[in-house]
Amino acid sequence: MLSVFLEVLRRDLLLAWRNRADVLVTLSFFTIVACLFPFGVGAEPNLLRTIAPGVLWVAALLATLLSLHRVFSQDHTDGVLEQLLLSPEPPVLWVLAKVLAHWLTTAVPLVIAAPALALLFDMTQSATGVLILSLLLGTPILSLLGGVGAALTLGLRGGGMLLALLVLPLFVPILIFGAGAVDAYLSGTGANAHLMLLGGGSLAALALAPWACAAALRIAVE
Amino acid sequence: MESGQRFSLFRYAAPNVFYPLAGRLAPWFAAAAVGFTLIGLYLGFFVAPTDAVQGEVYRVIFIHVPAAWMSMFIYLIMAFWSAIGVVFNTRLSAMMTQALAPTGAMFCFVALWTGALWGRPTWGAYWVWDARLTSQLLLLFLYFGFMALTRAIEDPRRADKAGAILALVGAVNVPIIYFSVKWWNTLHQGASVSLTKAPSMATTMLMAMLVMALASWAYTIAVVLWRVRSLILERERHTDWVGEVLDAKGAQA
Repeated sequence: MLSVFLEVLRRDLLLAWRNRADVLVTLSFFTIVACLFPFGVGAEPNLLRTIAPGVLWVAALLATLLSLHRVFSQDHTDGVLEQLLLSPEPPVLWVLAKVLAHWLTTAVPLVIAAPALALLFDMTQSATGVLILSLLLGTPILSLLGGVGAALTLGLRGGGMLLALLVLPLFVPILIFGAGAVDAYLSGTGANAHLMLLGGGSLAALALAPWACAAALRIAVE
Repeated sequence: MESGQRFSLFRYAAPNVFYPLAGRLAPWFAAAAVGFTLIGLYLGFFVAPTDAVQGEVYRVIFIHVPAAWMSMFIYLIMAFWSAIGVVFNTRLSAMMTQALAPTGAMFCFVALWTGALWGRPTWGAYWVWDARLTSQLLLLFLYFGFMALTRAIEDPRRADKAGAILALVGAVNVPIIYFSVKWWNTLHQGASVSLTKAPSMATTMLMAMLVMALASWAYTIAVVLWRVRSLILERERHTDWVGEVLDAKGAQA
């Protein structure tokens, strides 16, 4: 059973490696969106420092959203998805592997790039540390919930916009706790509560989302 | 014996049995909605006393509060029908879900709109990022997402099932969204005006509000029954019984 998980994970990571440009595009998108804000609101350092956590989280949210179509769409067009569903292996396992591959190829690069962007916004080192931690704990929820959305909109016309409408309202709590963690740390109340809620949310999404995702995939392929 | 009970329980789950029943019930609920609305608005606008603090402007609550209640409740009912549809694989429950969504979105919008009209004279702003307002706005987006998804899928069976999953995922998230927004709001700014700490309400005000709530229930049921009838006709148009129904209508006209 574990071998299916590992095999699908290995395959998806290999595919991502062969199409590394996609990952780079997501990363560039993340950077550019974050860099747009100073042009919009002005380059006043205090203001930038205040909005930095929110801006980076919104940019991460949008970058994840735009990369979600990669989770299933290629497998859907070339028929791999159908074969996986026909196989006797439990779908939850390989769905989880695919979502994990998405997280590793999308969220982890964002987390690595985030400190550099935090420098542009003049965030302190310790605040950057909290931001990274909140991204690490929160982005799994984005990939998991986003996976459900991607499965529901698989192969639909106007799928991208529709996907945004479906998942962005659901992402709001993650944005609140993610950006809130840094704010709470800076205000001195401590980020523990926010980080724990993000971690708890990740675990809950880990337990529930793959089932919804597998059900949605069955419907999409039917 | 047991098969007989099952038969009666699921009897009205068959579209061709439910269709005439919905047609018989809908006018009654529509009449009840009109009656309750007239009584409620009369009580609210002419009988209920003027509020000591807010003046006449408070009277918008007779539309606002029932609309807000209804918008939240309809999402729950949608999740309920979705769960039934997923478990028992009944076609009618998905049709009910899809018939409910536009009404829920409408009530959501009415609640936001009347809230803005009330907020301007009371808070001095059409919109504040209050927890209730924000979660209501997100609920409107959830309704829009549901409607957009079910409309975007051409195959009705797939639309039904995908909509059911989305409604259930949304229903799990609604309390999370509400409490996160509430927490976010209290961290950023104190609540502008607390509705929960409002001075105890005069009995006539409460009565008017409850009558209006009944009116919105009756309205929702009537509209949903009519919408479900259209959906049934559309989905079952290839069957014989729909042909007979339409022939009978044609003969009447």
